[in-house]
Amino acid sequence: MSDGVGSEGQVHEGQQTSEKQASDDRSGDRPSRSWGERVVALAFTVAVLAGLALTVVYSVGGQAQLEGLFLAVALGGIGVGAVVWAQRFMPSEEVTEDRIELGSTDEEVKAFTQSFETGEESLERRSLLVKLGLGALGALGLAAVFPIRSLGPRPGRGLKDTGYAEGVRLVTVHGRPVRPDSLVPGTVLTVWPEGHEGDADSPTLLIRTGAGRLQLAQPTVDDIVAYSKLCTHTGCPVGLYQQQEQLLLCPCHQSTFDVLDGAQPIFGPAARPLPQLPIGVDDQGFFVALGEFPQPVGGGFWDRGR
Amino acid sequence: MNTDGGRPSAPSGHRGTPLTRRTVRWLDRRVGAAGMARKALEKVFPDHWSFLIGEIALWSFVMLLLTGVYLTFFFEPSLEKVVYDGSYEGLRGLEITRAYDSALDISFEVRSGLVMRQMHHWAALVFVASTSAHLCRVFFTGAFRRPRELNWIIGVTLMILAIVNGFTGYSLLDDQLSGTGLRIAYNIAISIPLVGTWIASLFFGGEFPGPDIITRLYVIHILLVPGVLLALIGLHMGLLVRQRHTQFSGPGRTEDNVVGERVWPTYLAKGLGMFFLTSAALAALGGLAQINPIWLYGPYEPADVSTASQPDWYMGWLDGALRIMPSWEFRAFGFEVPNPFLQAVLVPTITFLLLFLWPFLEARVTKDHAEHHLLDRPRDRPVRTALGVAALSFYTVLFFAGGSDVLAVTFGIPINVLFPAFQVLLVVLPAAAGYLAYRLCKELAQRDQPGGEHHAREVAPPAPDSGESHRREVAPDDTPERQPAAEAGGKPRR
Repeated sequence: MSDGVGSEGQVHEGQQTSEKQASDDRSGDRPSRSWGERVVALAFTVAVLAGLALTVVYSVGGQAQLEGLFLAVALGGIGVGAVVWAQRFMPSEEVTEDRIELGSTDEEVKAFTQSFETGEESLERRSLLVKLGLGALGALGLAAVFPIRSLGPRPGRGLKDTGYAEGVRLVTVHGRPVRPDSLVPGTVLTVWPEGHEGDADSPTLLIRTGAGRLQLAQPTVDDIVAYSKLCTHTGCPVGLYQQQEQLLLCPCHQSTFDVLDGAQPIFGPAARPLPQLPIGVDDQGFFVALGEFPQPVGGGFWDRGR
Repeated sequence: MNTDGGRPSAPSGHRGTPLTRRTVRWLDRRVGAAGMARKALEKVFPDHWSFLIGEIALWSFVMLLLTGVYLTFFFEPSLEKVVYDGSYEGLRGLEITRAYDSALDISFEVRSGLVMRQMHHWAALVFVASTSAHLCRVFFTGAFRRPRELNWIIGVTLMILAIVNGFTGYSLLDDQLSGTGLRIAYNIAISIPLVGTWIASLFFGGEFPGPDIITRLYVIHILLVPGVLLALIGLHMGLLVRQRHTQFSGPGRTEDNVVGERVWPTYLAKGLGMFFLTSAALAALGGLAQINPIWLYGPYEPADVSTASQPDWYMGWLDGALRIMPSWEFRAFGFEVPNPFLQAVLVPTITFLLLFLWPFLEARVTKDHAEHHLLDRPRDRPVRTALGVAALSFYTVLFFAGGSDVLAVTFGIPINVLFPAFQVLLVVLPAAAGYLAYRLCKELAQRDQPGGEHHAREVAPPAPDSGESHRREVAPDDTPERQPAAEAGGKPRR
C-alpha cells in the first residue's frame, strides 16, 4: 500500500486513520456494514445482468422500451453501487482546508508590470510600425466580415410579394382551379396562386361565409371572401374557422379575426387584419386574383409600410 | 478485511498492476504531473444537497454529447425531397425532406436509434431544467457575489446557449411542429427594427422557409454551440476549482476555509455515482416515456398547423409572452415596430441583461463589495429572495400562458377569459409572491434567533449568516466540539 508514488504514503495513512475512525464511529454496527456490502454487491450484479440483457435485446432485433429499461438498470446499478460504497466504506471525514488569497500580491503585480513595460518600451520605439501593424489587422478584420454577406440575398421585395397578380387563378394544393359553386356555405378552402402551390408565403383562405353582410375593402365574389392564411402576428397559418361565430383563430397564439369585418383582429396578440385578396371569376368560371394582396402578408417588419 | 482506499479503482494505478504503474510513471517522467495530480486528489469539496443540481446539469450535458454523437451518424440535414418508404405505414409514399426521412429512420429503422433519440431529447430537457435550477440555487444563496461574478456570467451564458441549442436541435427534424417553431422564429427575427429582415435573410438564406436553414441549424447545433458550451463548462469548473467552492456556514466553517470531503476517493465516487444515476434516469425516460413523436406530427407543410403546438418547456415563457403581452404595435420615425419585437426580443433581452448584471447591481445597492465564501440562506436576504421569487412567478405565469390553448381545452375555460386572467396574474402574482416571500423570510429569521443577535451581521459584513448555530466563527483548531476525525486530516494545505 505504501509503495505508491513518493509522497502518497502520507495521504493513505491519513485515509487509513479516517477509515478506522469512520468504522469506530459505527462500532457495534457490524450488521449494517455487511448490509452495505451486500447492497453494493447486489447493485453491481444487477448491473452486470442488465448489461448482458441489453446486448441480448439488441442482438435479437432491438426493442425500445426494453433497451431503455435495461440501460437504466445497468447504469442505475453502477450508480447505486458507487454511491452506497462511497457513503458507507469510504472516508467520510470532514477536512478543513484554508482558502487562498485569490488576487496577486503587490510584489507579483509589480514584477509583472516591470516585465510588461520593458517589452512595451521596445514597441514604443517603433510606434509607426505598431500603428501600421494594427491597421493591417483592422483591415483584415474588416475584410473578414464581408463574406457574411454571402449567406443570403438582400431582403428585397420578397417579404412584400406573393405569387398573386391580376388574372392568376386560385388553385388547390394539387393545382386544381376552383369554382364558386364548389364551395358550400360555411366551408373554407386553402388555395394558392397557380404555379406557386405550397409556397410558404401564399396560402390563402377561401371562405364562403353564407352571410349577407360583409364589410370588405377589396372586391370579392358573392359571399365568398379570400384572406391571407398567415397570421399578422408571427406568420402562423390561421387554421381554425369557427363558422358559427364567423371567426378565424390562430392556433399558435390564439389571435382571433372577424371574418365578416375584413378579418379585423378582435382578440389576442395580432394587431393588424389579415390582408384580403381581391378576387373575381374568369371567363371559364374559375376564381382569379384581381391583383396582389394590398398589404404584405404575415408578421410585421420595420419597413413593411414603405 | 478493511476496505482500504486503494481498492476502489485500479486505473489511477495506486495498487495497480506493474503495467499500469509503469505507464503512469512513463507519463509522469514526460509531464511531471504527480504534484498536480496529488493536489487534485486532495481537493476539498463542501457537501450540500443543493450542490448536486449543478452536477446533474453537467452529467446530462455529458449524456447529450454521447447520444448526440451517435445521432449525427444517421441524421441528414437536408431539405432535398425523397419519397418515404420506411416501416411507418402512416407516412409511406409521402414526399418528405431528407431531414425528416432520416429522423424517421433513426426512430424506426436504426436499431437502438429511437432510444438514443429520446434519451437525447430528454437529456436536453433535463439539462436546461437543472441549469435553471442551479442558477436559482446560486441566486438565492448569494453564491454569485465577489469573487464569483465571472462564473455567474459564464453560467448565465451557459443557460442561454443551452436554450439556443435545445431550440436548434428540435428545429432540425423538419416535422410539422418544428417547422411551425421556425416560422415563428423567422417572424420574430424580421420584427427587429432596421436589421431584422437582413438577419432573417442571411440566416435562412432567403425568404422563409429558405433553402439553407436546416444545414445551418445543424452546424450550429452539433458544432458551434456545443463547442462553446464545452469550452465554457471547462472554464466554469476551472474557476470553481481555482476559487474553491462556497459553503454554508456552520461549526468550524468560516470565510477563510473550506470544510468538506476530499476528492479522492469519496467525492469522486459519489460524483461518478451521480453520473450513472443521472444517466439511468435519462435512459429510463428515453426508453419508457415517449417524447417528440415526429411521425405523429407529419412532415412540415407551411400552410398547416396543428392545435396544441407547444414548444419544449424552456421556450414556454417566450411562447406565453407572445400570447398574452398586449397587441401594441407602434410606428417610430415612420417605421413599424411589430409587437413580436416587444414580446419575444425585448422580454428575453431584458431578462438576460438583468441576470448578467445582477451581481453588480446588488453589490451597488447593498454597498457590499467584500469577498464572500459563506452562502446566505434565502431567509437571511429577504429583499433578494423576494425579488427572486417575484421574478420566478412572473416567468411561471408566462410559462402557463404558453399553454393557454391546452388549458382552455382541458379545463373548459374560454380563451377570452384565460388571457385577461393571465394578464392580471402577470402583474399581481409576482407582487403577491414577492411580498409573501419577504414576510416568510422575516418570520423564519426571527424564529431562528431567540437572542435577537441578528443585527450583528450588519456590523460584520463578511459573516452574513444569522442562525444561532451559525454565529460561531472559530478557527477549527480551537473549536472544542470538533470531531477528532476532522482534525486528523484537517491540516490546511494549498
